[in-house]
This record gives sequence, C-alpha cells and structure tokens, in this order.
Amino acid sequence: MLNLVIFLPLAASLLLLALPRLGARAAGVLWIATTALDLLLVLGLWATHDGGMDHQTRLRWIPSVNASYHVGVDGLSLPLLALTALLFLVCAVYSPGRGRGFAALFLFLQSVCLGLFSALDLLLFFVFFDLSIVGMYFVIAGWGHGDRLRSALKFFLYTFLGSLALLLGFIGLYLGAEPHTFDIVELTAEPPLADSPGAAALVLLAVGIGLAVKTPTVPVHTWLPPAHTDAPAAGSAILAGILLKMGVYGMLRIAMPMLPDAWRRYAGVILVIGLVSAVYGALVALAQENVKRMIAYTSVSHMGYIVLGLGAAGMAGNAAAHRLAVSGGITQMVSHGLLTGALFLLAGVFHDRAGTYDMGRYGGIARGAPVFAALTAIAAFGSFGLPGLSGFIAEFQIFTGTIGADGAATAVAGALALPGVLLTAALFLRMLHRTMLGGPGPDTGGITDLRAAETTAIVPLLALSLLIGVAPRFLLDVIEPASAAIVSLVSR
Amino acid sequence: MMRENPADLLPELLILGSAVCGLVAGLWLPRHRQRIVAAVCAAGLAGALAATALAARGPRMTTFDSFELDTTTHAVRAVVVVSALLVLGLAGPLRGHPRESELYVLVLLASLGAVVMAAASDLLVLMTAYLLASIPGYALAGFAKDARGTEAALKYFLMGALLGIVMLTGMTMLYGAGRGTAYPVLAGGLAAAPQGVVAAGTVALLAGLLFKAGAVPAQYWVPDVTEGAPPVVAAFVTTVPKLGGLAAAFRLASEVLVHTSVGWRALVAVLAAATMTLGNLAAFGQDNVRRLLAYSTISQAGYLLVPVAVAGRSDLAEPALLFYLAAYAVTQLGAFAVVIARGSDDLADYTGLARRSPWLALSLVVCLLGLIGTPPTAVFVGKLLVFGSALDGGHAWLAVVMAVNTVASVFYYLRWIVPLYRTGHAVPWTPRHAASALAVTAAVLSLVLGIAGGAVFAL
Repeated sequence: MLNLVIFLPLAASLLLLALPRLGARAAGVLWIATTALDLLLVLGLWATHDGGMDHQTRLRWIPSVNASYHVGVDGLSLPLLALTALLFLVCAVYSPGRGRGFAALFLFLQSVCLGLFSALDLLLFFVFFDLSIVGMYFVIAGWGHGDRLRSALKFFLYTFLGSLALLLGFIGLYLGAEPHTFDIVELTAEPPLADSPGAAALVLLAVGIGLAVKTPTVPVHTWLPPAHTDAPAAGSAILAGILLKMGVYGMLRIAMPMLPDAWRRYAGVILVIGLVSAVYGALVALAQENVKRMIAYTSVSHMGYIVLGLGAAGMAGNAAAHRLAVSGGITQMVSHGLLTGALFLLAGVFHDRAGTYDMGRYGGIARGAPVFAALTAIAAFGSFGLPGLSGFIAEFQIFTGTIGADGAATAVAGALALPGVLLTAALFLRMLHRTMLGGPGPDTGGITDLRAAETTAIVPLLALSLLIGVAPRFLLDVIEPASAAIVSLVSR
Repeated sequence: MMRENPADLLPELLILGSAVCGLVAGLWLPRHRQRIVAAVCAAGLAGALAATALAARGPRMTTFDSFELDTTTHAVRAVVVVSALLVLGLAGPLRGHPRESELYVLVLLASLGAVVMAAASDLLVLMTAYLLASIPGYALAGFAKDARGTEAALKYFLMGALLGIVMLTGMTMLYGAGRGTAYPVLAGGLAAAPQGVVAAGTVALLAGLLFKAGAVPAQYWVPDVTEGAPPVVAAFVTTVPKLGGLAAAFRLASEVLVHTSVGWRALVAVLAAATMTLGNLAAFGQDNVRRLLAYSTISQAGYLLVPVAVAGRSDLAEPALLFYLAAYAVTQLGAFAVVIARGSDDLADYTGLARRSPWLALSLVVCLLGLIGTPPTAVFVGKLLVFGSALDGGHAWLAVVMAVNTVASVFYYLRWIVPLYRTGHAVPWTPRHAASALAVTAAVLSLVLGIAGGAVFAL
C-alpha cells in the first residue's frame, strides 16, 4: 500500500502529460481527486500503524553498491506523510484552473516528497532529495512572479550544492560501514565509523551542511527569502510546509541515529546554530516590509527551535527531557507545515488581488474582507505559539525539554531562545495591525474577501492545528515512541 | 601458450568487414542510394553487438598476446557500437551528400580504433589503435569542406599528429626502460627501471591518451571541432574516441602504472581537477549550443579521469569508469540529437521549443539534467560511483572539487533549459523526425540506465 501511496500521484502526473487535450478544469478535477485518494490511503496507513516499521518493501536496485529500493513507515515518517498528502490536497483545492502542466508538476513533487519521507535507503533518500529541488525549481521558474528566474537559480544552486555535500556524506557512511551498505535500517542498527571519530566528524559535517542548507539554518538560509517571495502561493506553501522538513527529517532519520557519537560530541555547536537561527530569524523577520519575506524568515526561526531541541537531545542530561525535546521537534514539523502553509496561501491572496506584498500599501482590510482577516489572524496567533493551537504544543515541549535537561548550557540556550517567541508574537501582531486594522491603505480597495476555493483550502489546515492544540494525543501517540527510539539511538 | 583464435575478435572483424563492404559498395552506388551503405554498416554493428553479448559470457583472457577480453573491453565494445548506431541514425541531414558513404565508413573505422584502444595491452597495438581512431576523425572533421570545417580539421590533425609523436616517444622510453611493450612485461620491468625515464615516458604516453579524451592540456581541438564540423560528426568525435582514450588510460594505469612508484596518481588527479574546472568555467559564457556542449564534454572528461587516478586503489574505480562512460555517451548523443533535430546552434533559437515540440524539449531537459548528474538519470549513478571511488581511493579533495564543479555546471545547463519553456518568437521550423525520435530514445535510455542500473551491473 505504501508503494501505491508514493507512486499514485506520479502515475496521475504522467496521465496528465499523456492527455494533451485535457482542459484546465478537467486537469484540476483529476488533480484534486488523486490527492484526495492519496490522503485517504495515508489515513489507511495511519489506522493500521502499530508502532514499529510497517509496510516495508525492499527491492534490489544497484546491487554492486548495496543500494536498494527500500521503503517503510514508522512514527517519525507517518505524521510527515499525512502532512504531505494533506498539504498537496489543499494546494490542489487552492489552485483551480492553473492548467495541466502545473498540476502534473505538483503531482510529481508529491510523489517525490512522499518517497523521501518513506525512504529507508540513503541513495533512495538522496534521489528524492535531489528531485525535490528540480521540481521546486520548475515551480518557481515556471509559475513564479517578480525576479523569478534569478530566485529559482539561486535556490537551485544553493540547495544543489547542499545536496552534493549530503551525497559525499552518504558515501562516507557507505564506506565506513562494514559490509558497505546504503541501507538506513542496517546503518542504524550498527552505526558506521564508531571507532574513527575524525572521519565521523567529517561525515557529520558533510551531512550537516547538506541538511542545514535545506532546513535552512543560519548562516546558510539566504536562498530561502527570495525563493519564497517569487514562488507562486501554492509553491511557497509546499516549499515551507514540506521541503524544509526534509532537512530536519534527515537529521532525525540519518544524522542522529547513524552518527550518535559525533552528534553528542558536537551537540553544543548544533544547539548554538539552532539558537542563533531561532533568534536571528525572528529579528530579521521583524524588519521586513514584504509579507512573504517576513513569513519566510519566521520559518527560519521556527526551524531553529527544532534544531535547538535536537541539539539539546545530544547534550548530557536526562532522557525524559530529551524525549520531550525530540517529540516537540516532530510536532513542530507538523505544526509549522499546517500554519505556515496556511499563512503562505493567505499571503498569496495579497498578490492575487493587488499585485504586491508590501505591508505599507494595505490597512483596514478586516472591514472589507472579514474572513480573510480572521483566518490570517488565527494562523498568525498559531504561528507564534498561542495556547490552543498546535504551535504552542510544539514549542512548549521543545522549551521544556531543552531547559529541563539538567544542564547549565541547555538551560541557558533555552532561556536565550525564549525571546524569539516574543519577537515572533510582536512581528505577527505588527503585521496584523498594519494590514488588517487601522485606516485603509492605497491598495486596500483591491482586496476582496476569500473565494470559496481559498476558504475550503485554508480552513482545514487551521482546524487541524486547533485540533492538535486542544487534543494532541492522537498525534503524540504516534510521535512519542519514535522520539523515544531516536533518543535511545543517540545515547548509545 | 599463446592464444590466437580469430573468433575472439569477431566483433572487431564484423565492424571492419562491414566498413570494407560499405566502402566498396559506395564506389558503385548512385548518389541517392548511398543509404544502402548505412544499412550495411548498421547490420555490421548489430552483428558486433550480438557477438559482444555472446563473448561477454566467456572467461577473462588475453588473445594474440596483446588484446584483453575482460569487462572493460566488453563494456567499451557495447557502448561504442551503440553510440555508432545512434550516430548513423543521426546522419539524416547529410543524406544524398556526394560523400555520404564515406561518412559511414569513417565512423565505423574510428569506432573500431576506439574499441581496440580500450582492449590493447601492448604499447604497439595501442599506437596502431590510436592512429586508427584518429585519422578517420580528421577526415570527418573536415567533411563539409567549408572554411570552419577545414580549420577544425587542421587544428585537430596538427594537434593529434604532434601528440601522437609525443606518445610514440613515451612508448619508446617505456620500451627501453621496461624491456618490452606488452603490459605484463612492462609491469615487471618498470618496477626496477630508473624512475626518471619511467616518469618522463608515462607523461609523454598520457599526452596522446589525454588528446583522445579531450582533457587538459590537450583539449584545444574540442570546441573548434564541435562547432566547425557537421553536427553529426561533432556528436561522434566528442563521444566515441573519448571512450577509447579513457578506457586505454585506465587499463594502462591499472595494469602497468600501479606497479611503478612514480607519482602518476597525483598527476592524473590534478589534470582531472584542471579539466573539469576549465571546461566548466569556459562553458559559462557560450551562446552557441555546440560550443557549450563542447566545453561541457571537456568537464565530463575531467570527471571521467577521476576513476583513472584511483585505479587499483578502489574496487569502485572500474565500474565507475565503465558506467559513467556508457551513461555519458547516451546522454551526450541525446543532447546532440536535439541539436540536430532543431537544426540550429544558436541558444536563442531554443526559446519556446516546448510549445513547438514538447517531447523534444522534455528529452533535452532529461539529457541536460543528466549531464548535471541529477537522479534518476544514468550519469547520476555514474557520478555516484565516481564520488565513491574518489573517497574510497583516498582522494577526498578530488570529490569535493568535483562536487563544486557539478554545482557550477548547473548554471550553464539551466541557461539552456529555462528558455525552452518561455514563449518564443514565431520563426517557423520543422523538427527532423529521425533525430527527434533518437533524442527521445536516448533520453529514455538514460532514465532506464539510471533506474535499472542494477540490471546492467549484473551483466
């Protein structure tokens, strides 16, 4: 069933390409139908999940280097698969009439993302990692606006360099394992390079650079703001909601379990990178005039909290706190996907109606477009961690896990990161003030309220965020065994 | 006991036989029916492919004391034959040319030279093969008899002749130092010989092989020939001779040089780094797609030299070289097929190609992303193996240089990909059907090799 989940969108994408006479409307219907069916299948996976690694398939691929097509789902990948399926469905609903090419590209990208989150072979992971870059490049270059070619090129070059560093790291893991293999399950069971700390450090550096670019963390985040600003709304939602998670997912799936010694030794560095990303991202976001750039920088900040938690999990301290920090990180991945996905779709409305993201040109939108204003406010509140929405559950766990880990360093880092939350609250409130409240700006007149398709797309994301915020158990029951497993792997 | 069974050389004899038949037939056929020669040549190549498939099942051995029958030989045979078949299919624009049949015959003879280069384990046979692979190439480069073609042919010839002499000098030195020309004899003899002579001989010998591979410092002919010769010839000379030259360098390295103590590894590694970097930097500003492809092939030669530098130190070196060669040949010919189908060298003429001919545009995207090394194309698997062999062979710095170069190369390939999907100016043109079909075939083949790479290794 997992294979069907992964390749169903790809099959639909090829079908769309093979039917050149299909109109934009029919293509949109096929797109929505496929993504909805795929989401149902993922929910089926969720229902049958029993805690371990399910639905595994392993086929020979390149036997001479021991690489195989190996996929499976566990508590770490399941929430992300569900998030991916949901967010792609939402994008399909949000973008009716975009045409055959757009739908085919998004379906292709969906297969790639689902494949990445279920890959259990380093090479397979890398293939999907690279294809996600190619797919997103064409989304930005083909359907973006503004200086889209330049932004797309910067995105491609930057993340491609990161992916090659990642590949070198993977080859290092392959060569370090005895017998040589790319299989994630085997490499996790017996960590390679256990007795050569120097080589392990280099491999962690290569893998870390690759994943840090994708996450992105400071100082390798500079590709993100232009890519987001010039991407179409649905593209931004996928880029922030799904593609950014690949970096953190790689840390949880590959770097931490396979290089536990190196991860523990350099946990302090990782902690500091996370801290700097969280605070610096929020500070820079505060200074933005462009709504989309602002949301992009808050993404850097939100990803920073996750990295902070993962770094704390590698420091000395009690295991319960570590588990909490990792669970919080995984919850944050889901929460950020929902809320930032919604925020980018809402930001798309600005550009769609009035052609600009400049906050200074709006004001008092709430009067003419109350639904738009209300949904934006909910997404913004959720994003800075208001209790009752998913962001609070995630950040609360991360901070509790980091500060409560019985170490002075982690406690200080956690305390230093807390102002980031305050900054985020300030910047989102400032945005709401300047665009939604107050007197009308020069472009306020152009803003009409949300269309049915837009509301239908955005409301489920916020509703799910609310559900997680109020009753998170259904999600945490899946996540917690996975985070406990990761923490025990890191501490061996 | 020396093995002298002509049946061991069946693929080579089939290529030679069909070339001779084609030459004779070409003398009698009227101009508009020279296509028959292509059919004869293609039949010979198909036979050679079948014979290779049969021979590949046999054990590893040496025949005529100078011709190795091993994985390298079989793989290069197959890749060269398939490439030559693709080139014959791309020759459509020259149909009805007064010297059409000569084109086919020269392509076959040069291919034969490339195969023998890859298989030779004796310096004299290597020299003969070098000449056989080169001289038809010179004639092909000047095939159109126009000013640019003549200039290209002259440059190609002068450089090839000069470096051929240098290579012969190197062989003489190695012969003197190692007291033999056969590789097994040299492997023993050179270990005890004076290091200075061995080093000088090795450098001189490599000069000729680097010329065939189109690598630094013997790369100057590549852009001129690629741009000046007819497109189908350009497609041929940037792929097939390279296969022979690199396979010969690998054989020399893994069978002879590993037994010497001269610093050839560092030399090859530095040349590889220089080749990939120079090719990539020079490709940046090109507005002529054939020149762009020319510089891109130079950078590819750099990547292909990496397994040579780690020959004998990593088990991955041989599969890396062979798989990369096959992947590169298919992808490069696919890109050239698009150029021939479009019938223009100007980058600006590719604007809006997707609207006019979506499959052609998609093939070009696959081939160019393939040349970058994006999964799941064939070159990705090749690059992966090359990266692996470099790290495994203790040349991590080379892997890093290669990664940086790969990223740099994205820039100019994207300069070609992006305009395909823009709305273009409406100068009417018709794609050539045969070349379009071959472009799609090559793109599909590149994907199949990438996804089902395991099946290839099983052979």
